[in-house]
Amino acid sequence: MEKKIRVLVAKPGLDGHDRGAKIVARALRDAGMEVIYTGLHQTADMIVETAVQEDVDVIGLSLLSGAHMTLFRDVTKLLKEKGMGDVLVVGGGIIPKDDVPALKKAGIAGCFGPGTTCEEIVEFIKKNVKK
Amino acid sequence: MAEKGKKTDCCTQTNENTPEEKTKFETLSGIEIKTLYTPKDISHLDYDKDIGLPGNYPFLRGVHLTMYRGRLWTMRQFAGFGSAEETNQRYKYLLNHGETGLSVAFDYPTLYGYDTDHPLARGEFGKCGVAISSLKDMEILFSGIHVDKVTTSMTINGPAPIVWGFYIANAENRGIDRRVIGGTIQNDILKEYIAQKSYIFPPEPSMRLIVDTFEFGSKDVPRWNTISISGYHIREAGSTAVQELAFTLGDGLEYVRWAVKRGLKIDDFAPRLSFFFNAHNDFFEEIAKYRAARRIWAKELKKLGAKKPRSLLMRFHTQTAGCSLTAQQPEINIVRVTMQALAAVLGGTQSLHTNSMDEALALPSEKAVRIALRTQQIIAEESGVTNTVDPLGGSYYIEWLTDKMEEETYKYFDRVEKLGGVIPAIEKGFFQREIAEAAYKYQKETDKNERFIVGVNKYEINEPVEIPILKMDEKGEERQINRLKKLRKDRDNAKFERNLNRFRKAAEGEENLMPYILDCVHSYATLGETCGVLREVFGEYKEPAIY
Amino acid sequence: MSNLASKVLKGDPMSIARLISLAENNSSELADEMRVIHKHSGKAYVVGVTGVMGSGKSTLICELARAYRKHGKKVGIVAIDPTSPFSGGALLGDRVRMTDLTMDEGVFIRSMGTRGMLGGLASAVYDAVEILDASGKDVVIIETVGVGQAEVDVVKIADTTLVVLVPGLGDSIQMIKAGIMEIADIFVVNKADRPGIEQITAELESLIDMSCIGKDRKIPVVKTTAKENKGVTELVDEIEKHGLYLKKTKVFEVQRRKRYEAELIEIIRKRLMNFIFDESTFKEKVESMIDQISRKELDPYTAADEILGKILK
Repeated sequence: MEKKIRVLVAKPGLDGHDRGAKIVARALRDAGMEVIYTGLHQTADMIVETAVQEDVDVIGLSLLSGAHMTLFRDVTKLLKEKGMGDVLVVGGGIIPKDDVPALKKAGIAGCFGPGTTCEEIVEFIKKNVKK
Repeated sequence: MAEKGKKTDCCTQTNENTPEEKTKFETLSGIEIKTLYTPKDISHLDYDKDIGLPGNYPFLRGVHLTMYRGRLWTMRQFAGFGSAEETNQRYKYLLNHGETGLSVAFDYPTLYGYDTDHPLARGEFGKCGVAISSLKDMEILFSGIHVDKVTTSMTINGPAPIVWGFYIANAENRGIDRRVIGGTIQNDILKEYIAQKSYIFPPEPSMRLIVDTFEFGSKDVPRWNTISISGYHIREAGSTAVQELAFTLGDGLEYVRWAVKRGLKIDDFAPRLSFFFNAHNDFFEEIAKYRAARRIWAKELKKLGAKKPRSLLMRFHTQTAGCSLTAQQPEINIVRVTMQALAAVLGGTQSLHTNSMDEALALPSEKAVRIALRTQQIIAEESGVTNTVDPLGGSYYIEWLTDKMEEETYKYFDRVEKLGGVIPAIEKGFFQREIAEAAYKYQKETDKNERFIVGVNKYEINEPVEIPILKMDEKGEERQINRLKKLRKDRDNAKFERNLNRFRKAAEGEENLMPYILDCVHSYATLGETCGVLREVFGEYKEPAIY
Repeated sequence: MSNLASKVLKGDPMSIARLISLAENNSSELADEMRVIHKHSGKAYVVGVTGVMGSGKSTLICELARAYRKHGKKVGIVAIDPTSPFSGGALLGDRVRMTDLTMDEGVFIRSMGTRGMLGGLASAVYDAVEILDASGKDVVIIETVGVGQAEVDVVKIADTTLVVLVPGLGDSIQMIKAGIMEIADIFVVNKADRPGIEQITAELESLIDMSCIGKDRKIPVVKTTAKENKGVTELVDEIEKHGLYLKKTKVFEVQRRKRYEAELIEIIRKRLMNFIFDESTFKEKVESMIDQISRKELDPYTAADEILGKILK
């Protein structure tokens, strides 16, 4: 019985565009992962608390409203404070290339913008998740 | 060799010598397309009954007899970012470059009825639209713009009545009568539950607010379209063209039913219902969609008892499909937008927004939005397609496809009825599930290379993307918060309290809320304060997340 | 006492979560931790909630939890969703309807996939219930899949089992006819604002009358509209009443015994299966036996004799 990869797919902030998040959730399920979707309008507190209770290996943050610099970094900061630095955090949505270095520095391991295939995300997670 | 005297039917010839690349050709909705369409495919249609003249029932060919020969569609670019000052500049830029109508994009806090200084607004100020928290902001947004001479469309839903209130109050403060101003508020809550998700309150009180606006508009603001029944967002969420058509018209009919249930006369408000569609990639399917939309709407409104021609004809705005644009090789988005815009024009749109090439990267830069505008202007001035009405009418394919889309739409109407109607279907997650399925299917096909997107999974290049991205004023959020502080201090707070309390009482009752909203607005109540009252009285909606 | 178990007893969410994960992953450290846990569990009242998809179970549980919180009770929720037999993955979508409870320190929600080879309740669910119990939760609510075997299995672990139905979904009554009657301690008709409420309640009550002839307790029907928080107080009362009934008639102990029996069987089964299919040296032999069975060179009974013979030696 191999360990399942548990992923939290989260929508931080007020952004209501959930088409991508839902597709990724399904794709991850099809790749054999257990996926918990937070639903819309999550604060960083709520996302991290959910991650704690569900003991997830990965958090996927989806944001298309432009607020990623603030909200993504809120999440990674909180994770660090709670000693959950080994959780793999990835982001998706509309993330300008210029913002990616700062996000990477803050702990977002990968940014998946428009044109990414589901397979790329699955492969990245499988390769980078802490065993 | 054809027999002498016998007509050849191309479709019965075998394709042995002309093999086709795929076994199945389909529209984006999955409608199977034949190699060729002939008179046989539309022989069942009667021109006078089923197709008719433009400007006449069933309005299949267009809502005016002369269409663009009489007047072009309105070139209305959706715009907004940062603070009211910055967006005001962008509006002036666009008007100077030839756009003929304004369209306001609001930021997320505004869309949800929060002021910029609300804790949930953190990090969201001005990012995907302009922040409007009060009448003061509206005054700045339209400073130097003649709102009596240009019409404004505002993409606002949950807080629509209040934002409309800001607009009306601003005009009145400048001496412009409310009977003279023209524009649109999107105000379509049903599609928020289904697709765009910027709802606030539960369905029943939201519908009450909408009917309030219909009633108020028909009496006090007669040139205003009090709703823009939208399919754009449904499509962007991943639906097919048929679903876009069926779900949008279904929503429209639901609004009509609620208004009639309130006691409004259908011919009093129906003329001011407007629609908003997407212009996606499948060129002919989109054109057929618009035509079918007009015919279905006319038929259904007639069934519901509408008599005035103005009640039966469907006017719509179109926006080219944002979700079809790519971050890779963004310049080629200009080509996509051009074809989509052309489809909208050939479909008879009244108003059009063309997306900018950098949409998948950021909000449009000045140059990008100018090119988008020029796209419309080239179609209008140079292509010649505007010289006659409904030029594709009579095409065997187009008429067949229009019919087919109408047929598929009615199938959806039946399914929704069996579920108990639109709102029960929303609560059961029917639309959301259909959309999620279609979205997933599309993505899977792309991932598996069964569907190609140029630049993404075919004809890719490895060059970094180098186009200038819009940067916003970093100080805007702080300025806005200070402005709010000052506003709350400087206003006549006794008057504000009084009006807010009267508003609360009215919300708890059954009166039309617009007059109360206008009183609040005039006393500089903020968006967050007014919506806050409604949040308390109506409660907040929790969606049954379906995937 | 280990660090992890002691933290769980103190109610630390991260430790609770970690230990549940150890149970789900069948870790070798699990047994030692669970030995400690079992010394401190048995106090929580367990409510099982089952019903068809679309009956609003998750929303109902959210409101139920809220009601318990108002009475100062701490709540643990285990929300189970089906693991795909094809991909092995799962969409754990119950929690999304309970987001209001996320920041309440007195509530712990864990989503679990059925994961099991045999269907039914995931074996780790028993462990999760014990863990939440030992961590100080007064009530543990289990939400099951709502399809097939799992509904029946939840009875083994719950003190009170709720079966949730909704008006207008034809299959509701079908389910009843298929034998779900036997597992319900309380019927809940949710979405009571929908048309058809009177009809389904009447049908339900006549079925109950028939099946409860000669029994000393008639199964109650509670009407709720969870999204408006209506009927929830009545439901809490009925659960409480059922609990008192169980304790008065001593059925409580009988049920609990059945639960521990089921738990023991599950632990043994899991260990057996691990040993046979996961332990590397033995696994190869077993796999080759299965190949032989496929080629009709060996029959499964002889194979079982051999395998069990090796284990029991």
